[in-house]
Order: sequence, then structure tokens, then C-alpha cells
Amino acid sequence: MTAYLLKRIIIAALTLVLASMVVFAVMEILPGDPARLMLGLNASADQIEMLRNQMGLNTPLVLRYLHWAGGLLSLDFGRSYTYSVPVIELVRERIAVSLPLALIALALSTIIAVPVGVFSASRQGRAGDTLAMGAAQLGVAVPNFWFALMLIYLFAVWLHLVPAGGFPGWGAGIWTALKSLLLPAIALALPQAAILARVARSALIEVLNEDYIRTARAKGLPYRAVLWRHALRNAMIPVLTILGLQFAFLLAGTIIIENVFYLPGLGRLIFQAITQRDLIVVESIVMLLVTAVILINLLVDFSYAIVDPRLRGRQ
Amino acid sequence: MSMHIDLPEETLTGVLGKALGNRSFLIGLAITLLIVAVALISFVWTPYDVTKLVIADKTQAPSWAHWFGTDHFGRDILSMIMVGARNSIAVALVAVGIGMGIGVPLGAFAAARGGIADEALMRVNDLVFAFPALLSAIMITAIFGPGAVNAIIAIGIFNIPVFARVARAGALAIWPREFILAARAAGKGMTRISIEHILPNIATLLLVQGTIQFALGILAEAALSYVGLGAQPPMPSWGRMLFDAQTRMVTAPWMAIFPGMAIVVTVLGLNLLGDGIADILDPKSRRRR
Repeated sequence: MTAYLLKRIIIAALTLVLASMVVFAVMEILPGDPARLMLGLNASADQIEMLRNQMGLNTPLVLRYLHWAGGLLSLDFGRSYTYSVPVIELVRERIAVSLPLALIALALSTIIAVPVGVFSASRQGRAGDTLAMGAAQLGVAVPNFWFALMLIYLFAVWLHLVPAGGFPGWGAGIWTALKSLLLPAIALALPQAAILARVARSALIEVLNEDYIRTARAKGLPYRAVLWRHALRNAMIPVLTILGLQFAFLLAGTIIIENVFYLPGLGRLIFQAITQRDLIVVESIVMLLVTAVILINLLVDFSYAIVDPRLRGRQ
Repeated sequence: MSMHIDLPEETLTGVLGKALGNRSFLIGLAITLLIVAVALISFVWTPYDVTKLVIADKTQAPSWAHWFGTDHFGRDILSMIMVGARNSIAVALVAVGIGMGIGVPLGAFAAARGGIADEALMRVNDLVFAFPALLSAIMITAIFGPGAVNAIIAIGIFNIPVFARVARAGALAIWPREFILAARAAGKGMTRISIEHILPNIATLLLVQGTIQFALGILAEAALSYVGLGAQPPMPSWGRMLFDAQTRMVTAPWMAIFPGMAIVVTVLGLNLLGDGIADILDPKSRRRR
């Protein structure tokens, strides 16, 4: 197992390094001089040159990359051009909104999808299965931001149950803050749950056709025990793979959903930064999200080894 | 995951018979054809002119005159949805074309060569997959400027690794087969075998993936247009219509309801079509997806 995990770690690290090079290169070829941008239109050439030196913009490319990448490792992302505060401060506030949102959505999606998948698989071809999979088919087709608008219409405009948008901050009390994350989380989670339920169902059906399931039944184990204990565990690999992919999707999805609900998260920040050409903020957020995706995929690889003992022996 | 489809053993009439008996395929095909027809009709006829602003008719609720109501400029929502279909289909279609055109040759090459070329391609694939597609699409369109063309490129780039992966997996399953060995014995080169023997055998896989990516492309285009990075006004697009609707949810909810339903129906149709094709050509594949 160690060899398997080691290989995954090396690949993840390699991907991370390559990703940072790509992000750095993209930001490098972008037009626009950050020093000029910070000083405004009235700055003299000398002032700009001085700031360029101060910001280290005149050092060779490789050194600048190493400096930037080294900073990332120690969570020093540099200073925002427009806010003139360390990027880490901006990002820290926003993560406190985006990360809980993505995690709640992921939890919701799993809590809904796995039971639905199990239900459908155990009633394969019957009315309940057809109905559930019809709903899932529909759910896959729903854009989350439109679903969000519909939820706002139903629960905020019509029923006045929850706020239509905005975020009071965690200081306003956990429950109040959670309440304003509820609709966004549902909007993010349901379309994902539809995909996950389909995957869980097909993975389970495949496992239920295996010989060892028949053996387990034949030795007198009740169907429920076989289903939940033996079959589900073996069906977890595809489910975990999709869960990992979904977390990446949910993180990116928060960017759009935060705009629907006016939530002060990473998504809102990256849009502001893009319009203000605050590139250091853009590249920091992108690197952060990419790192999160790579780490999650690594975690998924690890969990394979836990779920599937056969992988432990393999190289 | 092993994937292989034995198309040559099937007769055309057999496939047609199965197609006519497959509910998913028939419903999906009907919806897809309907949407394409609507988009084509919009070139010659729409109930109202979408370029004309009639402020007197602004934000009218659905009625006999305006089935889906009107927007804040008094434009007919139904007409705008019809014209918007063109944009969605065009963007998604070209994006799939880019993905297939570059991804399939790459995947086929990697499968044929193996070794370092294969390993390198898979690592680049990993790299692209590490960037959440929507995030990168937002970055690309933000950098190069918003617009339909940049949206197509942004979505297309992220289709490349998807098709490369599918083509590679499909091709790897075909290469060890006897008829490939026979072709090699006959002196055919790697490229020729890939084109003449591998490609026809993975065509159905690519077709199924194509419908999935088409549907995803429509969703992605809508998302980009919704945040203002896709098609620009006055060109009607479904995502843009939802953006305009957002601040008017209280006074004119129909502005959001109908364009959203257009997206849902289109994507649903394409997904059903893809499921249907996969089911007809390989009954096992349905269980796997």
C-alpha cells in the first residue's frame, strides 16, 4: 500500500508544481503593468520604475516564480494591488463563507444521493426506481444558478422563510449565518445529488450481480444486511471518485452561486479582482482552488485503499 | 474500466429495431430535434421581433399575446428563447468540435504509441482536470474579454482532455484484438490503423461522450452568459436572460422561469439521447454510467 500511496503523493505534488507554473505563466503574459495600475494615471515613469523595483518586477522570470511559489508555501500570497492589504487577509475572510458552503452542499448531496441510489438499486426496474431515476435525470439537467433563483422565488419572495441573499457574518450567531447559507447550499447540492444518485445506483447494481452477494444471501444473511454492509462498501469506489470530482465542481460552483445570493465569498472576490485587474488576488484564489482540488483527489486515492483492501497489496 | 463495443457484428436493421424500442432514445431524439427545429425556425420567423424594444409592453405577465410574458424592454420572452437556442447550440456544438478534433487524435496517438508519450498525455490530462472547468472558463473569458467566441474556446479547451481520455481508453481496448494484428501483419502503419480500424470502433463511445459534453456545454455557456462573460447583448442568450431576470424576481418571475426551463428541457433531451444511444449500442454501458 505504501508504494501505491507514495506514487499518488508524487503525482499530486508534480501536478501542483505544474499547475503553479501554468498559473504564473498565464498571469505573466497578461497585458497591464501592476505598478502602473497601483499608481494611477498621473504617475511619472520614475515613480513607476521605483515601484517596479520595490515589487521585484524587474528581477528575472525564474527568480520571480521561485519567490512567488515559495511565498505560497508559507501562505504569503503577496499584497493586493487595489486593497493594499496582504492577499491572505482578504482570502481568509472569504474562505469562511465559501468553504462551509461547499462542505454543507457536499454533505447534503451525499445524504440525499446515497440512500436514493440504494433505494433505486434494490428496486431495480420497479416503479420506485423509475420515479427516482426520472427525478435524477431531471436534476442533472437543472443549472444550479437557475435552481437558486427558483428557490429564492419560492422560499424568500413567496414564503418569506429565509433571506433572499446576503450574509450577516459568523459574528451574528451560527444559526443566523447558517440560515443564509441554507438556500445556496441546497441549490448547489441537488443537481450534484442527482448525478451521485445515478452513479451510486449503477455501481450498486453491478455489485449486487456479483457471486459473493449470492453467497452472502445463501448463507442466510438478511437482504438489508447484504445491501448496506457488503454491497454498498464495494460500490463505494465509483461513488468516492464522483464525490471527489464533485467537491471541485462545488468549489467552482460557489463562484456562480455566491453571485446569485450576494454572498461575500471567494467567488465574489475573484469577480471583483478580475474587473479591477487585481491579478495577484486572481492568481492566489485560482492556486488555492486548484490546490484544494488536487488535495481532495489525493484524499480520494487514499480512501480507495481504505475501502478496497485489494488495493493495499497492489503496487 | 473496460470499454469495448462490438459494432460490426450488429446489423443495421437490428440497431434500428432496438432504437425504435428504446424510450430514452426516442424521447431524447424528439426533444433534441424540436430544439434544433426551433433554433432553425428562429432564423426566418419569431412571434415578435427581438431587436425591437417596446417599452409600453415591458414586464407583462404571460398572456395569449405573449405566451411566456415580456422582459423589462418589452421584448417577447418566447421569441428571445427561440433566438437564444441558436446561441446555445452553436457554442456547445463548436466546443464539442474543438474537444473532439484535438482530443481524439491525442488520445488515439497515446494509445498507439504507449510509453512516454502516453504517460505525458495522462499527466497533462491530470493537470487540466485539476483546474475546475468553470473557474478556468471564467478566467479565460475575463482575460481575453467576454463574448461568445471566447466562451466557445474556454469550454472547448476543457473538452479536449475529456475526449482524449475516452479515445485513449477505447483505443487501448481495441489494439490487442486480432483484426488489428492482422492489419499490422498486412504492413499498415500506426496512423493508418488508428484511422481505418480504431476510429470506427470507438465512434459510438465518442458519440455518447459527445452528447454528454454537448449538454454540459449548454450548461456552461448558460453559466458564463449568466455572469456576463458569454454572449453579449443585444444577442439573446438563455444565461443572459436569467441574469436580467435576477433583480426582477419579485415583479416578473416569468423572466426567469421560462429561459431556465428551456435550458432544462434541452439538456434533458441531450442526456436522454446519449443514454439511449449508449443503451442501444452496448446494453452493458448503461449500468456502468
